[in-house]
Amino acid sequence: MKRSLFMFVLFLLSWMFAAHVTGPPLGFADETAPGRESARKKVEDKAHWNTTDHSKHKVLQQAFKSGPEVTKACLTCHTEASLQFHKTIHWTWMDPNSTEKEKRGKGGYAINNFCINMLSNEPRCTSCHAGYGWKDKTFDFKDQSRVDCLVCHEQTGTYKKFPAGAGYPVDKPTLFPENNVTFMPPDYNKVAQSVGLPGRKNCGTCHFFGGGGDGVKHGDLDSSLFKPTKSLDVHMGLDGRDFPCVRCHSTSLHNIAGRVYSTPAAQDRESLVENDLASKITCESCHTSTPHMDNKKANDHTDKVACQSCHIPTFARVNPTKMRWDWSKGGKLKDGKPYEEIGSLGKPVYISKKGEMVWEKNVKPQYFWYNGSIKHLTVRDTIDPTSVVNVNEPLGSMDDKRSRIFPFKVHQGKQPYDKVNKNLLVAHLFPRNPDDKAAYWKGFDWPKAIETGMAYAGIPYSGEYDFVETTYVYPTTHMVAPASQVVSCRECHTRTDGRLMHLSGFYMPGRDHNRLIDVLGWGILSLTLAGVLLHALGRIVTRTAKKED
Amino acid sequence: MTTTYLYTRYERLWHWAQMLMIMILLFTGFEIKGVYSVLGFQTAVKIHNITGLTWLCSFFLFIFWVFTTGEWRQYIPTTRKMIQVARYYAIGIFKGESHPVPKKKDAKHNPLQRLTYLLLAAILLPLQMATGFFYWFFNSWDAWGLSFLSLGFVATLHLIFAFAILQFVIIHVYMTTTGHTVFAHIKAMITGWEDIEKGVDVEDWEKAGRNNPAKN
Repeated sequence: MKRSLFMFVLFLLSWMFAAHVTGPPLGFADETAPGRESARKKVEDKAHWNTTDHSKHKVLQQAFKSGPEVTKACLTCHTEASLQFHKTIHWTWMDPNSTEKEKRGKGGYAINNFCINMLSNEPRCTSCHAGYGWKDKTFDFKDQSRVDCLVCHEQTGTYKKFPAGAGYPVDKPTLFPENNVTFMPPDYNKVAQSVGLPGRKNCGTCHFFGGGGDGVKHGDLDSSLFKPTKSLDVHMGLDGRDFPCVRCHSTSLHNIAGRVYSTPAAQDRESLVENDLASKITCESCHTSTPHMDNKKANDHTDKVACQSCHIPTFARVNPTKMRWDWSKGGKLKDGKPYEEIGSLGKPVYISKKGEMVWEKNVKPQYFWYNGSIKHLTVRDTIDPTSVVNVNEPLGSMDDKRSRIFPFKVHQGKQPYDKVNKNLLVAHLFPRNPDDKAAYWKGFDWPKAIETGMAYAGIPYSGEYDFVETTYVYPTTHMVAPASQVVSCRECHTRTDGRLMHLSGFYMPGRDHNRLIDVLGWGILSLTLAGVLLHALGRIVTRTAKKED
Repeated sequence: MTTTYLYTRYERLWHWAQMLMIMILLFTGFEIKGVYSVLGFQTAVKIHNITGLTWLCSFFLFIFWVFTTGEWRQYIPTTRKMIQVARYYAIGIFKGESHPVPKKKDAKHNPLQRLTYLLLAAILLPLQMATGFFYWFFNSWDAWGLSFLSLGFVATLHLIFAFAILQFVIIHVYMTTTGHTVFAHIKAMITGWEDIEKGVDVEDWEKAGRNNPAKN
């Protein structure tokens, strides 16, 4: 009796050891991740150290007539602000690693498959430039008064730049025909006296509407993030932590943390637990690389799988996002006039000026190896038009220690390219004046629009164009869902139609199989079973025969 | 017929614990492989890991027991009468012949069983535990200097051994029905008492354990 008791205790101990090394057993989940508590504490007190009431400054009480006048007033105290801002990508719209000749960046030769390129279309595009007056190549990037302090810092929500005003707000009430909204001149005193740290509205005004409309470019950034619920974004949710963008996109000398072209958002995978001065831009900054308390296996994934891959099950969960844009279908007219057609999601599926579009909601991302850098094509890069052209693509590979599997929105496009020189083309889309028939949105004439755009860009054009299928990717990193909506193991660890089915070169349990072993294994088992059954049958038959004897 | 106390309490506990763990491992293992979906991948993995580690730990207990009690002698392979035993299962059993090597306290296993259980306990099960162990420690391979291993290779070996164990289970379960009644052997493994035919002498070579007169 004693011995069996001893054995039983040993058995129990071994079970407890096994349970210990595999983490707490099922049903004993402790979901408090390390770092979560400290992150919570850091945002608990929302009052910032602020020793200035801007409404009491005489310099902000003067009669302003324009934005640059306000900026000059700001600079009387904040003497270095414009000089700092001039060095940031929000001002230059250039990849900081680019040379003057390469001009990599949307302010230069970079191409996308939305409105393609800014050159010759400035006044429309630069309505999202944090500056005043970038209407053509003559813009003075050294002028300190051209910086628009208000668009990022004003807190009244009444300051609006005109969508086609090269970054200026209007002087008198003006109708923007495209969305039928009348824009009002700002009350500069009220706006200037309201300044504070940028809130969601400041960032969202541009970043939620990239590509000229709500949710056009990013699938994980749209107007639904102005007032999100926790289930749309655990960090930003008003019923959750209510983070503003700058909570993670922390700033140094007006340089806002985040991925910029080929420059990753963070160079090191370092958490605040390891270094209290580490960047706050990554998930791991607060959550560390072992954030799962009740699921050791999930922690085993963090070396190769980015947090976003599982924690953002789908993007565009509230508002639809544009998934395809076919410029080649543009230019159809009804009764000689351009028209629009609204699709089932309430978004235009055809616009004469822009062509055919596809919108989607609740989109499953596509997954690629990603080291934080994205490679971009420019107007001057040679392409291979015989296959789909990746206008940009995530860099990284399975063998790269810095790469992890990361979710992306992949936007498909069909856009003009040069059939002879084999490069993508800049088109003059936005009319500079009511008579600018060379602009596609006025004249619906591709040859003329391309010729004008390329001449403005100063890049050789053969005169022969066609349309080519392209893709453009956006990393999916916002709209982090609550843990209850996390992507389940089986959505990847499955034989067919898994989320990672097109990623190859590694063995994934549940997805990958050795066909030969499967056939042999099941074959031998079937034969064994058949043999056993035959043997049993033999015994039954011989026994019955004997009894009958 | 007489009844003999053949299997001790520990042996029976050991046997059924083995059975339980191996069944759980096979069931969850093939779910992880994607053959079917019952528990869900995550639950299957969790149960598989906990059970696998428990199995590994309990195996050390078995090794301890088998050597301290001298029961290891029951597993020494022999070729004597092996042909007769094989012939019995292939032909004799259909003719109603008696088993050439009936069970005895000192000789629980016939020569075929001895060989099978030796291969099982000394080779197949440890291999399966080892591959499972390395599979589970996949994330530590680099730290252990095992980066040359490929997960696909280890996983495939693990699967091959699983197939082999499942094959053993099928044959083993079937063989339990070949006693003098269909459930005789299973009953013995539950109660410990096995019916043994009277008047059958156990030859010296068959005996294991310290009571073996040939060795005393």
